[in-house]
Amino acid sequence: MPELMQFNTDDTRGFLAILPEILMTILVLIVIYMDLFLPPSRRKSVGYMAGVGMLVIGGLAWLIVPADGLKVSEQLVLGGMVRSDDLAKIFKVMVALVGGLTCLMGMGDIRLRYKGEFYALIIIATMGASLLSSAADLVMVFISLETLSISLYVLSGFVRRPETPNPTEEAFASRSAESGMKYFLFGAFTSAFLLYGLSLLYGFSGGHTNIYRIGQALAAGEQDTAPIILALMMVVVGFGFKISVVPFHFWTPDVYEGAPTPVTSFISVVSKAASFAVLTRFLLAVFPPEQLISVPLDQYKEFSEIWVQLFSILAVITMTLGNIVALSQRNIKRLIAYSSIAQAGYTLMGVAAIATTKSGDGAAAVAYYMFMYVFTNTLFFACIILFTNATGSETIADMAGLSRRNPWLAMGITIALLSLAGIPPTAGFVGKFLLFRAAVDSGLTWLAVFGVLNAIIGLYYYLVVIKVIYVDRSPDDEKPIDLPAPYGFVMATSTVAVVLLGTFLIGPIVNWASEAGLDLFRL
Amino acid sequence: METQFSGILTGILAFPFVAAIIILFIDKEQKEVIRTIAAFATGASLILAALVFFTYDTEAARTANAGLIDSGSGLLTFQFVDKVTWIKELGVSYQLGVDGLAAPMVLLTGLASFAGVMISWGIEDRVREFMAFFLLLVAGVYGVFLSTDIFLLLFFYELAIFPMYFLIAGWGWVELREYASMKLTLYILIGSVIALVGILVLYFEAGSFFTENPDLLPATSESAYSFDFNHIQYAAQQGAFDDPQYLGLGKEVTVATFWFPFIFLGFAVLAGIFPFHNWSPDGHVAAPTAVSMIHAGVLMKLGALTAIRLGVQLLPDGARVHLPWIIFLALVNVVYGAFIAFRQRDFKYVIGFSSVSHMGLVSLGVATMNTTGMTGAGLQMFSHGVMTALFFACVGMVYDRAHTRDIPSLGGFIKKMPLVAIAFIIGGLVSMGMPGLSGFVAEFPIFVGVWRGIPELIWNNENHPEWATSLTSGGANYYGLIGIAAALGIILTAAYVLRVVGQVFFGEFDEEKFPDIPPIRIQDRVAIYMLTAWLIVLGVYPKLMSDMIESAVQPVVGLLTGSK
Repeated sequence: MPELMQFNTDDTRGFLAILPEILMTILVLIVIYMDLFLPPSRRKSVGYMAGVGMLVIGGLAWLIVPADGLKVSEQLVLGGMVRSDDLAKIFKVMVALVGGLTCLMGMGDIRLRYKGEFYALIIIATMGASLLSSAADLVMVFISLETLSISLYVLSGFVRRPETPNPTEEAFASRSAESGMKYFLFGAFTSAFLLYGLSLLYGFSGGHTNIYRIGQALAAGEQDTAPIILALMMVVVGFGFKISVVPFHFWTPDVYEGAPTPVTSFISVVSKAASFAVLTRFLLAVFPPEQLISVPLDQYKEFSEIWVQLFSILAVITMTLGNIVALSQRNIKRLIAYSSIAQAGYTLMGVAAIATTKSGDGAAAVAYYMFMYVFTNTLFFACIILFTNATGSETIADMAGLSRRNPWLAMGITIALLSLAGIPPTAGFVGKFLLFRAAVDSGLTWLAVFGVLNAIIGLYYYLVVIKVIYVDRSPDDEKPIDLPAPYGFVMATSTVAVVLLGTFLIGPIVNWASEAGLDLFRL
Repeated sequence: METQFSGILTGILAFPFVAAIIILFIDKEQKEVIRTIAAFATGASLILAALVFFTYDTEAARTANAGLIDSGSGLLTFQFVDKVTWIKELGVSYQLGVDGLAAPMVLLTGLASFAGVMISWGIEDRVREFMAFFLLLVAGVYGVFLSTDIFLLLFFYELAIFPMYFLIAGWGWVELREYASMKLTLYILIGSVIALVGILVLYFEAGSFFTENPDLLPATSESAYSFDFNHIQYAAQQGAFDDPQYLGLGKEVTVATFWFPFIFLGFAVLAGIFPFHNWSPDGHVAAPTAVSMIHAGVLMKLGALTAIRLGVQLLPDGARVHLPWIIFLALVNVVYGAFIAFRQRDFKYVIGFSSVSHMGLVSLGVATMNTTGMTGAGLQMFSHGVMTALFFACVGMVYDRAHTRDIPSLGGFIKKMPLVAIAFIIGGLVSMGMPGLSGFVAEFPIFVGVWRGIPELIWNNENHPEWATSLTSGGANYYGLIGIAAALGIILTAAYVLRVVGQVFFGEFDEEKFPDIPPIRIQDRVAIYMLTAWLIVLGVYPKLMSDMIESAVQPVVGLLTGSK
């Protein structure tokens, strides 16, 4: 038996590692308290409290420097429950900032605006996502994943029947309830798979719960290969559901369409980002490639080739299906649902590349892509909320003439779509570039070719939306759309973020993402 | 990395960029202010571009690149360099510079963009958005010509494409614009992204090569992995892309020979090379006048120059294998493009297909792989750019007044618009290759180059006897025949140009059909004078540009014939 990996017992480190989550918990309590005791006229401040509070926490999370040891054992804190490294940090900052933006976005939605529970649930979900991105223990992985998921099930079904009869609102409520239920049933089902997979890993490793210990134990090769691959598959089902990998994507369009739009935005970014964080960490820790195995034996077992192939195939299927189905969508939220499936497919190229790139390029590409993706999608959904509020419609054809009704709104959507399509000077170009680079670097050139061809298909349907906005005319051309304050802030922040991430901030963020990638390749 | 900054090239790039952003914040009703800002920004860039063109030191470039010219080894020297590290992890730097090929192109961009703003003075619909997108397009185009870092180049390349989409889809000819803009965007981006994968492969091959042989790393590079143009070119010289059995495809196949067609043709799509030219006439026709001018005048050169830069210069080994068959594509371009142009009824389609034909001459010149032909190609890029911008300006002015482009129903316009007619006729003479005008000085060397054929150093290189055998199956130099066939294209050109001139500008003017022909604006006049002047000046005094282009082409030929 190899020597057991030890953990860092420094309590200050442990405290700092979960400080953002602690602050989020306190913020939840404050928000609930304010919701209960503030008079209705001052309810608006609940949303500001939640939103600004989360942005501040995001800033703090950025200031906390992770335990900078060269060894994994020095970064594993709190009894090995969490690992405090740059990967965790980049994802924590990301989800906290976007959680804050989502709260501000919710302030403009008439169905959510004055409901304190909405903000509380968003913060709890963000906390789960934040913990998930640093989780290094099976128990922690599962608990944080469920904290995230259960909050999201509730949020999807958040719209309630109105007290006075109103057919439009009732339709919204029943769609929302349906999406919540669908999400819950799918989610519970795949969670069961995940849990079974985790329990198998616990057993095969000889009773470890820390993923790094499991990885070394499995690599020692005292178990049969087949059951371990079965456990791997089950874990893939669990995470695959969260990031809507084909064939576990069926919930995506329905939930995206039915859930209140700020919640859709939240699901499409935070839940996906955190799941990618845990996926990269989990794969490299539990099924490590050769260079991450510290077992001093001549005979070791290596599973990375299996999941590299698996994820390459999943990436191709996911992006192709997402893009092709998106071509025929008429509802903007369904379009973006399929587009988000495609985007998950691109990101999976990075996941497939993490094992074979020695420099951590793959993980860095995934981190950068998610970083830009969360801001891009937030921007997009902020614009969509404004558009639906003004027109009461979610159909693409009704976006005609938007550039005449509000040029800023039109430009926001355009920048978001160009970023999703990967056109400079938006962040999406750099994101895609890094993913293709990682794929080529790890000898998966064919995968990069599939990626670029898919990017062209994607470009087509994004351009169609842009065309409707800029070229088509509608009878309402002359009716301007107002830009309320919280939205203005969300849109401005995320637009600036998307453009800066594609130009001046590429250097620092790529640097950070590379550090994060390197961290995963330390023994 | 040492930081160098002369700032002129950054200035060229910054004026349109900054102006585009400023314009977005101006009230949309202030149309005159918006137009003035756009004119000022493009004008300022034009002045700087002219400064670069006239102060470019050709002799210094020859001396500095002597190694490349004589033996095909060394680093390419650029002038007016701006160089700052940008993304250290990827080996990307913000790096601008011009060589003798890029300097005329930068001047061309300045001319076409300033003329474009002048011609667009009459646009009334959403002027703010139009000018912002137009300036963004211009900035992107400048960026491609100026970049000497490949990442930066690709960044600007893609940046230049999407404003095209907006401008054509939003302001183009109603009947065709949606189809044409989408077709154009998809064609060009498919080409460029496939080339991008190829570039990434080169980047990693160069990186791993320099990691294994750190002593070969050029002095200007800090790490083994870099997107610096010279870095990758140097790796090619050292044989980093020469390993046989690439992808297990046989001993003839190396990284260079496998990826050359993808990279070269991927960019040449934008130069309208057959059979990927189909987007171009539709795009030209659907675009608003100013955009057609930039599109045909400058954007297609973007494709040609990038194909030379990233195709021929980075992968000379691939070029030697593939250019001998690519020359047939260029020949089809020349002849077929001219023939189709002859058959068009729509005034603008004639010019659209004539661009395909003339850009074929550029590809033809490049494919000769000798100094004469390639110098001709460089001159043709400039000459055709100015000429076609002038053509589209004239067509736009006629169309704005006659509201039709159907050639048989037009006639006698020389009576109403003498200046436009004369400018168009001069453009037409350029297009036919009339001596004394720029078309002749560009096309003549191309034909001479084709006639001379593949240089001796490739055919009979003592160190590389396999070069000769790999070029042709029978060992015959068929380039002379190609030259004769391509010359037929010129006859066809004369035919369609004369036909258009005769039917549109001469003949009877129908007062009833065109009762109201408003006069030409002063801005239009400025554009016409400016463009026409260059066609004549270059025709009379070609040395102004040919020396410069030759000094940039020699290193390329050096790379192709060099005996490593």
